Amino acid sequence: MERNEKIATSLLYLNGVSVSFDGFKALNNLSLAVENGEMRAIIGPNGAGKTTMMDVITGKTRPNAGDVLFGGISDLTKLDETQIAELGIGRKFQKPTVFEMHTVEDNILLALKADRRVRGTLFWTETAEAETRINSILEIVRLKHVRERVAGSLSHGQKQWLEIGMLLAQEPKLLLVDEPVAGMTDAETRQTAELLKEINRDKTVVVVEHDMTFVRDLGVKVTCLHEGTVIAEGTIDQVSANERVIEVYLGR
Amino acid sequence: MTLSPLTQALNRGAIAFILLLAAIGVIVPILNLLVPPSSPFHVSSYYVALFGKYLCYALLALSIDLIWGYCGILSLGHGAFFALGGYAMGMYLMRQIGGRGVYANPILPDFMVFLNWTELPLYWYGFQSFPYAILMVLLVPGVLAFVFGWFAFRSRVTGVYLSIITQALTFALMLAFFRNNFGFGGNNGLTDFKDILGFNVQAQGTRAALFGISAFALLIGYVICRVIVTSKLGMVLVAIRDAETRTRFLGYRVESYKLFVFTLSACMAGVAGALYVPQVGIINPSEFSPANSIEAVIWVAVGGRGTLIGAALGAVVVNYAKTYFTSGFLAPYWLFVLGGLFVAVTLFLPRGIVGTINYWMERRRDKAMPAARPDADSAAAEDGVASAATARPAK
Amino acid sequence: MPPAPCRGLMMRCLRNGFLSFAVMVWVVLLGTSAAQAQDLEKALAGFIADNFADTDSATAAVAKTGSPLAISIIEALQDGRLLFSGEQKQVFLRNRAGAVLDAATGKPAANVPADLSPVRVNNRVRRAIDAALGGLTLLSPDPTRRLDAARAVFKSKDPAALPALLAAIEKETNPTIRQALTEAHAAVVLFQADASEAAKIQAIGVLRQRGDQDALALLSSLPDGTPDGVKRTAQDAAGAIQTNLAMWGGVQNVWYGLSLGSVLLLAAIGLAITFGVMGVINMAHGEMVMLGAYTTFVVQELIRAHNPALFDYSLLIAIPLAFFVAGFVGILIERGVIRFLYGRPLETLLATWGISLILQQAVRTGFGPTNKDVGNPSWMSGAFEVGYITVTYNRLWIIVFTMTVFFLLLALLRFTHLGLEMRAVTQNRAMAASMGIRTSRVDALTFGLGSGIAGLAGVALSQIDNVSPNLGQGYIIDSFMVVVFGGVGNLWGTLVGAFTLGIANKLLEPYAGAVLAKIAILVLIILFIQKRPRGLFALKGRAVEA
Repeated sequence: MERNEKIATSLLYLNGVSVSFDGFKALNNLSLAVENGEMRAIIGPNGAGKTTMMDVITGKTRPNAGDVLFGGISDLTKLDETQIAELGIGRKFQKPTVFEMHTVEDNILLALKADRRVRGTLFWTETAEAETRINSILEIVRLKHVRERVAGSLSHGQKQWLEIGMLLAQEPKLLLVDEPVAGMTDAETRQTAELLKEINRDKTVVVVEHDMTFVRDLGVKVTCLHEGTVIAEGTIDQVSANERVIEVYLGR
Repeated sequence: MTLSPLTQALNRGAIAFILLLAAIGVIVPILNLLVPPSSPFHVSSYYVALFGKYLCYALLALSIDLIWGYCGILSLGHGAFFALGGYAMGMYLMRQIGGRGVYANPILPDFMVFLNWTELPLYWYGFQSFPYAILMVLLVPGVLAFVFGWFAFRSRVTGVYLSIITQALTFALMLAFFRNNFGFGGNNGLTDFKDILGFNVQAQGTRAALFGISAFALLIGYVICRVIVTSKLGMVLVAIRDAETRTRFLGYRVESYKLFVFTLSACMAGVAGALYVPQVGIINPSEFSPANSIEAVIWVAVGGRGTLIGAALGAVVVNYAKTYFTSGFLAPYWLFVLGGLFVAVTLFLPRGIVGTINYWMERRRDKAMPAARPDADSAAAEDGVASAATARPAK
Repeated sequence: MPPAPCRGLMMRCLRNGFLSFAVMVWVVLLGTSAAQAQDLEKALAGFIADNFADTDSATAAVAKTGSPLAISIIEALQDGRLLFSGEQKQVFLRNRAGAVLDAATGKPAANVPADLSPVRVNNRVRRAIDAALGGLTLLSPDPTRRLDAARAVFKSKDPAALPALLAAIEKETNPTIRQALTEAHAAVVLFQADASEAAKIQAIGVLRQRGDQDALALLSSLPDGTPDGVKRTAQDAAGAIQTNLAMWGGVQNVWYGLSLGSVLLLAAIGLAITFGVMGVINMAHGEMVMLGAYTTFVVQELIRAHNPALFDYSLLIAIPLAFFVAGFVGILIERGVIRFLYGRPLETLLATWGISLILQQAVRTGFGPTNKDVGNPSWMSGAFEVGYITVTYNRLWIIVFTMTVFFLLLALLRFTHLGLEMRAVTQNRAMAASMGIRTSRVDALTFGLGSGIAGLAGVALSQIDNVSPNLGQGYIIDSFMVVVFGGVGNLWGTLVGAFTLGIANKLLEPYAGAVLAKIAILVLIILFIQKRPRGLFALKGRAVEA
């Protein structure tokens, strides 16, 4: 009965998920529940299965076993990337991925919640609402001053933000953010933490990150993965004190 | 600020190109038909036929540019759609011969009589009607592209895999059309056409008219492409080209977009083939040869992919060069030139002619407004592939 | 001792190498029974009319006399050396040395008539001749002749040969010939009107054992009046033979498929490693094959001009040369063009296509557009039979060669440092680079290796295909199909892919014809990559998807 309760209150619920690549178990009976409105940080050493978990949630990789439920009803393992995106799950990649040949504002425009069908885009015309929405998102991700620039010419940190901005424009219920501060300066890292907290006010966020200072800055519940399974969960202090986490990840 | 798709599509360069095409389409036939041969302004029928052919190639190049330049789909089998359109038109022209063939059979084309066939195959029915043939010109390449694309894009065959599979497609069709019992004239293909819509295909007037129609078709094709690439759809296509996975995760059904442009592009290629056949007077299976399709891609590369105008220009320039070389004592060296062109363009002129000119012009404009692009250090931004930012009018 | 003149004749015959004829003459002189001689003369009279029906019966009659002269008479008839004179009503034969002999006695003719003309034969007579000779030579001391005779009887089904057959079977010690004799006997019995049903059924058993197309033909064309029981048994046997033959036909097609597959493998394997390691499709790969074939041609030309004795070693000399020529050109292409295009696979495809055009035209300019004659060394020509299939040596050697190259390459990848580096770059280029592997060096060597193997393929192909500037074009699409089908980054995938496509192609061919089979294969591959877009043996995991 505990399980059903969990499903009911969780926005994202993974149960017993396993993925193997040619015998290598990337995920091993992984279970995880993320509450609606929560922000969760996922940590763990390289190869712990963090990115594979993201791949499973977003439909890029099909699990060999296990369930992935979204909002208590939708079985994500049966859907493809597009359908999952339409359900309201946005993803930021580990390596910042933006449309380099498009301007910053066009990047946001493409991500904006709108008719995604071929017909819809062919006959689409720009509206005042869209304009306002783009402006507000550019404001949030602090890119208003470079809106006319081609995305490919942005700095690494700016691309990370642009990608987060694109996530926001999608208006998802759940944001999956993979290593948002990799390669950022300290100042940018702090700003990103602020940004994510701001976003978390009305959206559920799952952040994968190595940077422990950043995770501490976020001040949220932390899950530590190792060899494809959860080894610890709790506040950052609890997790940091966990013997096993220290052994496999943090080091003594 | 709402712009209708059409006005949005037609910036200064586009309008200039459209006017140029319209002028060529009207003036060349006039100079051919109405100006006496003695006049220095007279355009000989030889050149009308030659450039009429180039206009068809330009339309084929345009269709390739739409999918390759904007959506990153490198089809090495577009010649197949061109040839299928050509065969559909050829079948109409064959049926028009009627009893005037060598064997004077009112229904069966000569090659069928020669093969001792007694009945017209079912798939030849209807081709005596021009509207039906035109429908088939669009439908046959379109349906093939749709079915092929549906399979290929759904299973996410991309990049070189897709290129090779398209190459295999045209190769398979070539083998099939070479067979006599396939019912399309085997080796010899379809030829000895007499008239089209009652006009003699050999007549000077018909040829001039076909030239004008080809120019008009190219114009329409260009406008369609322009409308597409400047719409939000065009932005999505470029997004797919540059970051397919990202586009997918944004919730766009990538395969639908690819399928749409691929099918549209195949239809355009089919029209190009259909206009080509009455002007050259023959269609045979060698049009399906993989080499032809790859050659068409190089026209686009030379002119500049992702520029549309460049693709059309490239087709004309490369083919004029080919005609020049292969008709003189330099003929044996043409393949060296063509091969060298492939290498040189990819190595030294990745933007193509028009792409490079655009790039220079942009650089000059940026210099004029130094604040606009302060630190364009990213390699991707330097890449000459058409950016949607330049394709769209400044807001 | 034969009298002196006769010894002279004997010497002459010996000199001409016709021992058997001499022996016969000798036998004649030692004592031919008078009755036999009379019979022979009577039989010979049938030739004088020179009409086919009479000649036919005369041939059988001559054979029936049992005269030792019969063979030489019938052989003479076969060769058009049997002459007759209408005036003298006498038959002569001209021996192979040109002397005219009296057919009835075998002695030189005393007076040769002027109106001699050869007895004419037609197909019917020829059959009679074969049958007669078959019966007569069954007891020949020469085993080849006995075997031929047994086969001739098998074909003629002449009941007249039956006694000779039985005698021959009794005496025969060579198992092959004995088998042939038994089969001939079975054929005769089966078609003999007055043979017993049991004997016929036993004969069917023998033919069923033989089990080839000829046996099938016999069993399915029984004469009218054959008892129903026999007919039924024959039908069963024919059915069994047909199944068996179909199976062998399948085996034969699989063999052709293996042969085609090995050629595909050889052509595709270099492509597979360059594509695997560098993600680059080399459209000029086919031209590397062509360069290998032309290297073989040049080597053979030089050997023909300078030292023809070495011809049998020409391929062995060409193998390393072709490898280095194609490999060197490959490295030139990589260093000169491809390395500037990394990360742009589609452009690489176009540039290498351009290179392929240049190479083709260069060869066309240098060697001319026509096919070049590349010879088979003696150890590569000929064939042998296994069961009911024919195995040609050149195909066999190509399979052996392909497998050798394959396993050498596998060993190279597994056990050498370069192989380790290549595998590392295949799996994760960025990681390999950051581990200190000089990826550009690996790329150049990989490309050289891939091209070199293409050159080896050229040596093999020069043995079975036309060597022309277009040689490579014919294989390039097939090779790509193999790579697409087999998957990238695993040579076993290429192996399985090549043999699967080769065999599938050859198994489809009898039903669909060569062209449709090819089209069907292409369509199947297009459908196949629906299910497995990365081929049979794909690398899985995160790295490859990035």
